[in-house]
Amino acid sequence: MATLSSARQTPTIRRFGHWAADLGWRYLVVLAAVVFAVFPILYIISASLGGTGTLTGSNQLFASVTGANYEQLSNTMFWTWVGNTLVIAAASAVGTVLMGAAAAYAFSRFRFIGRRVGLTSLLIIQMFPQMLAFVAVFLLLMSLGHVFPVLGLNSKISLICVYLGGALGVNAFLMYGFFNTVPRELDEAAKVDGATHSQIYWTIILRMVTPILAVVGLLSFIGSFSDFILARLILQSEQNWTLAVGLYGFVSDRLDANWGVFAAGAVIAALPVMALFLFLQRYIVGGLTAGAVKG
Amino acid sequence: MSNAEQATRARERTSHARDYSPGFFVKLTLMALIDALGAYGLLACWQEGATGIFCALLAILIAANYVYFSKRALAAKYIFPGLTFLLVFQIFVVVYTGYVSFTNYGDGHNSTKQAAIDALLQQNERRVEGSQAYPLVVVERDGDLGFAIIADGEVRVGSSDQPFEVVKAELDETDPTKVSSIDGWAILSFSDIVSKQSDIMALRVPISDEAADGSVRTADARVGYVYLPFLRYDPDEDVMVDTMTDVTYYPNGHGQFQSDEGQTLSVGWRVGVGMENYLMAFSDSRYAKPFFAVLAWTTVYSFASVALCFLVGLFLATILNDPRIKGRRVLRVLLIFPYAIPGFLGALIWTGLLNRGFGFVNQVLLGGAHVGWLTDPWLAKVSVILVSLWLGFPYMFLICTGALQSLPADVMEAAKIDGASRMQAWRGITLPLVFISTAPLLISSFAFNFNNFNLIYMLTGGGPRFPDASVPVGQTDILISMVYSVSGLDGSAQKNYGLASALSIVIFIIVGTVSAIAFRQTRKLEEMI
Repeated sequence: MATLSSARQTPTIRRFGHWAADLGWRYLVVLAAVVFAVFPILYIISASLGGTGTLTGSNQLFASVTGANYEQLSNTMFWTWVGNTLVIAAASAVGTVLMGAAAAYAFSRFRFIGRRVGLTSLLIIQMFPQMLAFVAVFLLLMSLGHVFPVLGLNSKISLICVYLGGALGVNAFLMYGFFNTVPRELDEAAKVDGATHSQIYWTIILRMVTPILAVVGLLSFIGSFSDFILARLILQSEQNWTLAVGLYGFVSDRLDANWGVFAAGAVIAALPVMALFLFLQRYIVGGLTAGAVKG
Repeated sequence: MSNAEQATRARERTSHARDYSPGFFVKLTLMALIDALGAYGLLACWQEGATGIFCALLAILIAANYVYFSKRALAAKYIFPGLTFLLVFQIFVVVYTGYVSFTNYGDGHNSTKQAAIDALLQQNERRVEGSQAYPLVVVERDGDLGFAIIADGEVRVGSSDQPFEVVKAELDETDPTKVSSIDGWAILSFSDIVSKQSDIMALRVPISDEAADGSVRTADARVGYVYLPFLRYDPDEDVMVDTMTDVTYYPNGHGQFQSDEGQTLSVGWRVGVGMENYLMAFSDSRYAKPFFAVLAWTTVYSFASVALCFLVGLFLATILNDPRIKGRRVLRVLLIFPYAIPGFLGALIWTGLLNRGFGFVNQVLLGGAHVGWLTDPWLAKVSVILVSLWLGFPYMFLICTGALQSLPADVMEAAKIDGASRMQAWRGITLPLVFISTAPLLISSFAFNFNNFNLIYMLTGGGPRFPDASVPVGQTDILISMVYSVSGLDGSAQKNYGLASALSIVIFIIVGTVSAIAFRQTRKLEEMI
C-alpha cells in the first residue's frame, strides 16, 4: 500500500496509470496470494494465544495474549506424542537416506546382472503408494506380532519398519539421477589411489550428493511426520500416538471446546518442520528443480 | 615359489571383505547381532508354529550372510538392506492385498475353518441338565481371572485360555469343599467378586483342549457347572449338527455352515471367493452407486486440484520473475509458507476456519452467516478444492519458479522481436515450455492428490454422508478414504478386508494406468519439441 500512495504523489497521472497497468496489479495479485497463504497461519497462532480456548473466541485476532493453552497441553499426552513423532520421523528419515543412498550408489556405479530390471521395477513400484495397502500392512503386523511382539501392532519400531519399506520405492530413483551427475572420474582416481568401494562411497560420493540427501531426508521426515492412516492403524494405545493421531483426536469430536489447545499443539508441531524447511531451504529448491525439472 | 611372492599373491587375494580393517570388525559385529536376533526369531517362529514367517526369515538371514561375507556380491552389499524392507513392507503387502481381495476375509470370516469350528462350539454351549456341580472359587493371576474347582478330591485350576489342570492347593480345615490357598494364584475376596461380577459371569474355562469337551462356568462364584456345546461337528461328514433341534448345517462354499432352510451359523472362516469382491464393488447396488460417485469425484477433484495449483503457481511465479518487482525474496518466502506446514495440520486449521457455526469465515468475513462450507454437498466439494489449492500451490510455485529461471532467454527475445504481445508470448511459449519441463512432477502430484487421504479425512471426514448408502461413505470421500471406511478398521462399520483390498487394487490399477499413459505422453511431447 505504501508504494501505491507514493505513486499517487507523482506529478503526472499518466505515469501512475502506466505504472498501475504494468506493475501495480502485480503487487495487488501477489498481496492477495500472500494474504491467502499466510492468513490461516496467523489465525492459528492467534488462536493458540487466545484466552478462551474456543473456536468462537478465536475469531478476534490477537485480542488477548496468554500462554494458557500452552500450559493446558501439559495436562494431555501432547509432549509424549511430540517425542514419539520426532523419534519415528527422525529414525525413518535417517534410515531412508542411508538405504536409498546406498542403493542409488550401487545402481549408479556398479554394472551387475539385474541392474536394468531393478531400475525399471523401482520406477514401476514408485507408482504404487504403500499407504494404499494399509489393510495388508495391518494384517501382516498382526501375524508378525503373534511371533515377535516388537514387530507387531502398537509398536513404534514396526511403524518405522513400515515407513522404511517405502524408502527405496519412493526415493532411490530420485537419488539415482543425482548420483549420475557426480563425475565418474572422481571414483576412478580414488580407485587408482587404492581406495576401496566403501571408502569411495563414504568419503567421496556421499559428500558430493549432500543436497539430494538433505532433500530426501526432509521429504521422508515430513512424510512420516504427517502420515495419519498407518500411524492411526498401527499405534493403538494413546502413549504411542504420533502428533497427527493425537492432534486429530483433540478436534475430532469436540472441535469447538478444544480449539485453543489444538491451536497451541499445532503451532508447536509445525515448528520442527518449519525449522528444518527454512534451514534446508536452499537445498530444497535446488534439489526439487535439479532432480525433477529438466532445464 | 619364494616367500615374498607368496606374500604378494596372498595380499592380492584378500579382498577388503577379509581384510581386518576397522570396517571389517564393524561389519562382523553388526552381522553377529543380526544373526543372533535372527536365530532368536527362528526359535520363536518354531515355537509358535509360524511356518511362513520362519521360511521368510531364514531366507533373509542366509541371503544377508552370503551377501556380506562373499567377495562377489558387491552391488548387493549396498542394495540389500533397502531391498529387504522393500520386499517385506511394500512388495509383499501389495501382493498380499491382491490375495486378500480374492477372499472373504473380514468380520465373521477371520480365520481358518478349524478355528471357526472351535469358536462355534465354544459360543454355543448350554448347561447339561443334571450335570455335575463342582465347588468353585474365583482366582486371579497377573490380572487373568480363573476358576479353581474340586473334582475327584483334587483341586484343578484353569483360565479362559488354559484348560483345567491339577495344582497343589490347601483345603479349608473346617470346610473341605472350600479351597483356602493355591500355589501361584490369589483367591478373590467377596468384594473383588462383586466388582468383577460381569467378567466372572462371562468367564468360560475349557475342560480340555478339545472344544467338544465343553467348559465350566458359574453363575454365583461358588458352584461351577459343566457346559457342553449343543452343536456337534462331524469330521467324517464335514457337517455341524444342532443337537437341540436336529438341524444339520453344511459348509456352503462361502466359508459358512448353512442349513437346508438357508440359515447360517454366526462364525465362518476365510475362503477364496474369486472375483466376488470386485463384482460387488461394480454391480452390487449397495456399493456400486457410491463407488461410481466416489470414483467420479476423486478424478474431478485430483484433476481440478492439480490444474488449479499449477496455474496459480505458474501465474505467481511469472509475476515474481519480473525483476522490477521489489522485495521478491521476502514475497517468495511468504508464498511458500503453507508448504512448510504439515498437510494434516493445514487441513485441520481449515476445518476450524470453515466451521459452519463458529468458524472465522462465516462469523467474521460473512458477518455471522451460517454457510455450510463443509456440510453442504456442493460447497464441501468447493472447499476441498480450495484447501487443496492452499496446500498445493506453493509447491507448484516453487517448481515453476525453477522452470522459468531455466527457460532459454533467446526464445522470448525472438518472440518480442516478432511482435508477439506479452499474453501471446506467455500462452505460446512460457506455458508449454514450463508445462513440459514440469510434467513428470504434475503426474506425481496427480497421484498424490488422488490418494490425499489426510486432506479429506481431516477436513470433511468424507461428509456429508450419502443418505441412501449402507456403507459410511459421503459426498467428498475419495477412493482411499472410502477404502478406509469399508475396511472397518476405524470401527465405523463391519470389517471387510476382502472388499477393501479389492478397492485398493482398483486404485492401484487406475493410478498405475494414468501414470503410465501420462509418462508416455510427456515423452512424446518432449520429442516433438
